[in-house]
Amino acid sequence: MSHSEHSIERDSLAYAIEKHVEVHAQKCYQCGKCSAGCPVAEEMDLPPSLVMRLLQTEKSSNDDKVLRSESIWLCLTCEMCLSRCPMEIDIPSMMDYLRQRSRSEKKVNPKMKNIVSFHKAFLHSIQYTGRLFELGLILDYKRQSLKLTQDMMLAPKMISNGKLHFIPELLKDMPHITKIFKKTIVEGGSK
Amino acid sequence: MKIGVYPGCSLTGSARDYNESVFALAKAFDIELVQVPDWNCCGATAAHNLNRELSLSLPARILATAEKNGLDEILVPCAACYSRLIVTQHELKKNPELKNRINEIIGMDYRGTTKLINVIEWIDASIIPNLEGKITKPFDYKVACYYGCLMVRPNKVLNYDRAEDPQTMDIVMEKIGAHALYFPFKTECCGAGLSVSRTDTVSKLSGKIIEDAVHRGADTLIVACPMCHSNLDMRRPDINKYWKSDFKLPVMYVTQAIGLAIGLTPKEVGLQRHFVKVNIS
Repeated sequence: MSHSEHSIERDSLAYAIEKHVEVHAQKCYQCGKCSAGCPVAEEMDLPPSLVMRLLQTEKSSNDDKVLRSESIWLCLTCEMCLSRCPMEIDIPSMMDYLRQRSRSEKKVNPKMKNIVSFHKAFLHSIQYTGRLFELGLILDYKRQSLKLTQDMMLAPKMISNGKLHFIPELLKDMPHITKIFKKTIVEGGSK
Repeated sequence: MKIGVYPGCSLTGSARDYNESVFALAKAFDIELVQVPDWNCCGATAAHNLNRELSLSLPARILATAEKNGLDEILVPCAACYSRLIVTQHELKKNPELKNRINEIIGMDYRGTTKLINVIEWIDASIIPNLEGKITKPFDYKVACYYGCLMVRPNKVLNYDRAEDPQTMDIVMEKIGAHALYFPFKTECCGAGLSVSRTDTVSKLSGKIIEDAVHRGADTLIVACPMCHSNLDMRRPDINKYWKSDFKLPVMYVTQAIGLAIGLTPKEVGLQRHFVKVNIS
């Protein structure tokens, strides 16, 4: 049992993070190295060290701020924060958990809708063909984000460079992939 | 010599050039690359952002298939796929209960015995020792080796090179005649999976990397990740627009540079497929 486990509020987000991904927010002593090294900190509403601080308060209003933040979706999982953290706090794994929690509680920041749409379109593509079908992904993303003209200039050159498929490569064992999606995404409610 | 390979989706599409150069090198050094049969997508950024169990199950299916087919070692040229596969091995080794759950989801017996090899490890083990007498055109250029994130981080999981100022790719490039420049941006993120949904962020981050390499006098960037390549190469018009610049610095895969050095043609290593013209042959 870690030192923080017996003192932590059981209904707090910090407790859930410990339980699900074994990351201990209480270990953070606010040195700020994560925020200094984070390539997207300047675009975030809450830099990573502030996310850590808010979680440490174990206040539901602060937990809510974290789950509704832009930061959790802007995080690139570049792993720089973990690499430089003197306490080896796995912030990237924590961010994965926060994103999933934010979706399941329907707290996704509206400004981050396109990022989530892209991830969803990506998973749709794999769900139906087993491998990424880039053309299908782009069309599905355009449909969801309504960014219809984006990257129109890329397509002709991708085609002439031989980098775009018109027909998806289907796996032989597609039922296997379907089953995996059913047991994770569908039954897990994160469709 | 025979070794397994997991190409991943990018190598069949937008990183076809990388695929061609990996297979051309293998052929030149008499290495047979055997694809993991009926391989699926690793799930990439999308899966670990949206669903943890899916993000472990997709790589576990790939690894269990490799195990079932007796592929003890698999080369994973894409740094992003490599990361998802090795992180899955790490997570499932750490947590047997989770491993059982994932095995239940995939309906297979994943054991975690496959040895994963990144492209530089493969080059170090199978290409460099057999290089003598093969170099017909030394790669006499100033290069900035760009490792990105996933070749070196999370370093405790990968156990490969050092996280700050790694050297493995620089050493490989020096061995084929290049001059590897001091390059502080070598492990800064290019913007990764936000290429489509936040192109401005990617243009900013990738532009910083290119600007520094140009500033240091590089003739080319050298990369080992399709995601980095597409952000630095295919996104160049967006980068130049964002930075109000006209950067013409080419971006080459490490395997393409080695290919040229041993006398393969630019076409054999897929250089004609790049968006930014490569004036190196």
